[in-house]
Amino acid sequence: MTDIALSAAPAASPQTARRLVVAMHDVSKVFSNGTLALKGMSLDVKAGEFISLLGPSGCGKSTALRIIAGLGAPSSGSIDWPSSRINSKGLPEGDVGFVFQDPTLMPWATVFDNVFLPLKLRGISKASATETIMENLASVGLADFAASYPRELSGGMRMRVSIARAMVTKPKLLLMDEPFAALDEITRQKLNDDVLRLWKQHGVTVIFVTHSVYESAYLSSRIVVMRARPGQVYTDMAVTQPAERDQAYRVSEGYRQTCQDVSDALQGAIGAAEVH
Amino acid sequence: MSTVPNTASEAGTDSAAGVLLAQTPKSDKILQIVIPVTTLVLTIALWQLLVTINEIPRYILPSPVDVAIALFTDSSTLWPAMMVTVKITLMALALALVGGVGLAILLVQSRLLELALFPYAVVLQVTPIIAIAPLLLIYAPDTQTALLICAFLVAFFPILSNMAQGLKSVDHNLLNLFELYGASGWQTLFYLKIPASMPYFMAGLRIGGGLALIAAVVAEFAAGSAGQGSGLAFRLIESQYRMNLPRMFVCLIMLSAIGIIIFGLTSLISWLVLHRWHESAIRREN
Repeated sequence: MTDIALSAAPAASPQTARRLVVAMHDVSKVFSNGTLALKGMSLDVKAGEFISLLGPSGCGKSTALRIIAGLGAPSSGSIDWPSSRINSKGLPEGDVGFVFQDPTLMPWATVFDNVFLPLKLRGISKASATETIMENLASVGLADFAASYPRELSGGMRMRVSIARAMVTKPKLLLMDEPFAALDEITRQKLNDDVLRLWKQHGVTVIFVTHSVYESAYLSSRIVVMRARPGQVYTDMAVTQPAERDQAYRVSEGYRQTCQDVSDALQGAIGAAEVH
Repeated sequence: MSTVPNTASEAGTDSAAGVLLAQTPKSDKILQIVIPVTTLVLTIALWQLLVTINEIPRYILPSPVDVAIALFTDSSTLWPAMMVTVKITLMALALALVGGVGLAILLVQSRLLELALFPYAVVLQVTPIIAIAPLLLIYAPDTQTALLICAFLVAFFPILSNMAQGLKSVDHNLLNLFELYGASGWQTLFYLKIPASMPYFMAGLRIGGGLALIAAVVAEFAAGSAGQGSGLAFRLIESQYRMNLPRMFVCLIMLSAIGIIIFGLTSLISWLVLHRWHESAIRREN
């Protein structure tokens, strides 16, 4: 019942075979205080997937995301990037965007300069980056706010800036760590639609950490439910239907069923941790 | 931006209120100027009245008119002295800024240096500098240099400790973000740590600016310099020996004016740097 490894699935036909973006192999993480956050977690992430990492608090979903991003090395196991250029730190150069739970903007810099940051750190001049930055701001509906400071924006707008910043390097993989947990339901639904649109337009692969069954059911092409103590994959489920996610989907039978299945899986994961 | 001229013009009376109470209704603004000025005028009038009615001799309590006369007649002596004090204060502050900020950056970049140096920076701070002044007078090539070192030592520490604190108070997620994008140590320093430490630096600057003046005066009391290069503090003591009370008051007014200008300027710099983004420089909107 644990570990339904995707690699065990039968090989797909060449046309549908998608290349691996990143693969976690048997990754464990022990924190300095002795907490075993992850134990033997494996996950294959294929190009174009929208994966939700769902689980109770303390299941290590954020830890897994940070390890993929290279923020903190795994205690054992490995992260492979089969289709990326690897830099000296073992990280894929410019292929990863990260959206934190907080917008994590520099308060002293304008919206424009915040989005410019990843390019600036690569030594790209402001002049040659301007077009890309404005495109990305426009794609999250903030083109008119380029000169504003973060404090002048609402929580939802700040999160959009954070998303624009993550997308400005045209990453292959977008990592999102409970990005909308602090937002109200209406804003959250709007941002969910924004993220789906970016995912489709840019063909970016997304790993989305959340603790919301509904959010994961609405967004994902695949939902990985994790359990706690120790943190590992509990079950891995594909969400095939439908391709189009919109308001109609939110009230459809398919959505209800997905929520039901995910919710059951989550209950199972919570139960597994309590038995342990 | 419309509050800049206000802040500057109010610096002479009450620059703290001028910075904090920006953009209040117009009638309120007028009151903010009129009331303190009225208080000042009434106080001076009362002072003059008391001295005149009681016929208090000038060598006990000079009247405001006596002080005003002294301000003009003694200006040829006091103006150069004031320039000396201003020069020492500003040079000490400039050195403290360079030294404090520079050392803070070194300490934050290197744990080894921090362990090696920071305890002694604290020892330097808690030692009353005035007690070092006699020693400095022996070792320094001249009195001016001794005064400068004293004022520097006093202004240096608040700038160092505030800057070091600021450099360490960076949002961890922003540090993660910089790491994620492969930022170098220098990039993280210049694009993240230094901007993030500005509110702390500005607090250090304001404290350091005030302390530099205090130290320049106190050190000169201790050093007792004389002649051409003497500052306001020496002139103050000298006037005391000569029972020249009007001149003592003029010295005090001049010192007070230097203090107000330094405070106004450092507050203005702080406001200019922080007003777009930091809570301390933003008026609450409710």
